[in-house]
Amino acid sequence: MFDRNYKEKAIESVLFSVSALTVIVLLLICIFLFRDSLLLFKDTSLLDFLTGKFWYPTSVNRQFGLLPLFLGSLLVTAGAIIFAVPLGIACAIYISEIAPPKIAGFLKPFVEILAGIPSVVFGFFGLVILVPFIQNTLNLPTGQTALTGSIMLAVMALPTIITISEDAISSVPSTLKQGSLALGATRWQTIYKVIVPAALSGISAAVMLGVGRAIGETMTLMMVTGNTAVIPSFPGGILNPVRTMTATIALEMGEVPQGSAHFHALFAVGTVLFVITFLINLIGDMIKKRYKFKVD
Amino acid sequence: MELSSNVNENEHKSIRVQGGLSMGLNARTSEKVAFALLSLSAVAIAAFVVIILAYIMYNGYSAISIEFLTEMPRMMMTEGGIYPAIIGTILLIIGSMAVALPMGIMAAVYLNEYAVENRTTWIIEMAINNLAGTPSVVFGLFGLALFVKYFDFGSSLLSSCLTLSLLIIPVIIRSTQEALIAVPKEYRESSLALGVSKWQTIKHVVLPAAIPGIVTGSILSIGRVAGETAPILLTGVVYFLPRLPDSMYSQFMALPYHLFVLATSGTSIAQTRSLQYGTALVLLIIVLGLNIIAVLIRSHYRQKVKI
Repeated sequence: MFDRNYKEKAIESVLFSVSALTVIVLLLICIFLFRDSLLLFKDTSLLDFLTGKFWYPTSVNRQFGLLPLFLGSLLVTAGAIIFAVPLGIACAIYISEIAPPKIAGFLKPFVEILAGIPSVVFGFFGLVILVPFIQNTLNLPTGQTALTGSIMLAVMALPTIITISEDAISSVPSTLKQGSLALGATRWQTIYKVIVPAALSGISAAVMLGVGRAIGETMTLMMVTGNTAVIPSFPGGILNPVRTMTATIALEMGEVPQGSAHFHALFAVGTVLFVITFLINLIGDMIKKRYKFKVD
Repeated sequence: MELSSNVNENEHKSIRVQGGLSMGLNARTSEKVAFALLSLSAVAIAAFVVIILAYIMYNGYSAISIEFLTEMPRMMMTEGGIYPAIIGTILLIIGSMAVALPMGIMAAVYLNEYAVENRTTWIIEMAINNLAGTPSVVFGLFGLALFVKYFDFGSSLLSSCLTLSLLIIPVIIRSTQEALIAVPKEYRESSLALGVSKWQTIKHVVLPAAIPGIVTGSILSIGRVAGETAPILLTGVVYFLPRLPDSMYSQFMALPYHLFVLATSGTSIAQTRSLQYGTALVLLIIVLGLNIIAVLIRSHYRQKVKI
């Protein structure tokens, strides 16, 4: 009996240690990113890095200014959200409230397939189809623009937004819906005046996580946005090439000597990216949690 | 059924006539317009999926041949096949699943079967959520700093496998947890009531019942490993290596990176278009094939449960 208890306890501790490893990995990510980033600040001040307007990593007067990359990411992500949020929420409402079960069951696998397509395939598709299309229709010198990136990114963020919004919408208590219909409201009035407001916090969590997905995307953007590290003008910059933080890391890491200032600058960009997505995920989770309490 | 809905329709009409014609008509019309727009959005998304798949299949199938799948690339990748890239991707899948699958399942078993709601559990859950939302390029940087540099595994298959396994552990934990939650409480209670210990119950009752769900989740994460590019780009993949990796410390080729290089920085992008479509199609077939298998397992299992 003692033996058995001992074994049970041992197994439980092993299982606990493995789960605790996830926390350790997260801590290690923080430590290793910060460690390699901090070395940049031996000769560049934090303020210069965060507010610098020029990313000239290889010129004689090298400058590591984050702003062009940060604003590039911001512009592309904002564009993607403008496309993806209305479309994603509309699709979620259709699947969970309007479509007959058979059609909803038919549509869901499409969303799953969309989530499964590798980002490099999206990038390739964008490169051979959307880039020439944008260039020709808008008569631009190049089709590799922030807009191209936003459209591709919107498509990629859709599955996240649709799946989580759909969860939120279908977990609105049916009593609310029935009450509204019984009062003589049409189904559409019920959807936009009762169901969507009740699911709003879940839907906003979906949007947050969609933003997190979009801002971290690398390969697609590298292939379709042209990768020019200049501060984008607003709003005309949407039709110019931009460079995101993610693309910068992936593009330049292969060519920098390990341990150089440029190497550490790329880690600093990665740290900024990590902090941003960490906060976005945290907020998204908190919204989701609050929403769960409400429904209970 | 048909009849009763007709009656309802008529009732609505008569109410509308009594209660104010213009308002009722407006509500009805706006409902029609709104529903049409909403269904249009769903159709647009489905259409996009069909277009992207059809386009790559249409252009890629002519490039695929036995030689394309089994030969080394030649002439700086402008000719020949993608054999080493296929093998590299398969090795990545095997290596990262070997690490991530046992760890993910163990963590999920702890969280679902043992953990009580306290601060420690909350921290672990939060860490998993954040790892799941961390961009893959950040995992790449971490893999570079920890595995390539600190542990000195170098730019290698080993570093890439370990980096990718960290990336998919949260996915495996979440899907395993879902599979475990779906196992009815009665299973555990009846086993425990027979005097079977907790671990024995998990091993012989809970886990076997959860296997279809766990398999589905792991297949989906295999798809993720096959498609990820940014993490391996920083930790060990190379664009041209006309031989297979000979150990875990070798560099390697992989399908997604191969496609990326051919499409963006090859010496002759226009001439290799057909190779690009072919590579994209092989990658899609692997990833979507796995997705379809996962969906089939899930629906097969759901039907079994219904009976």
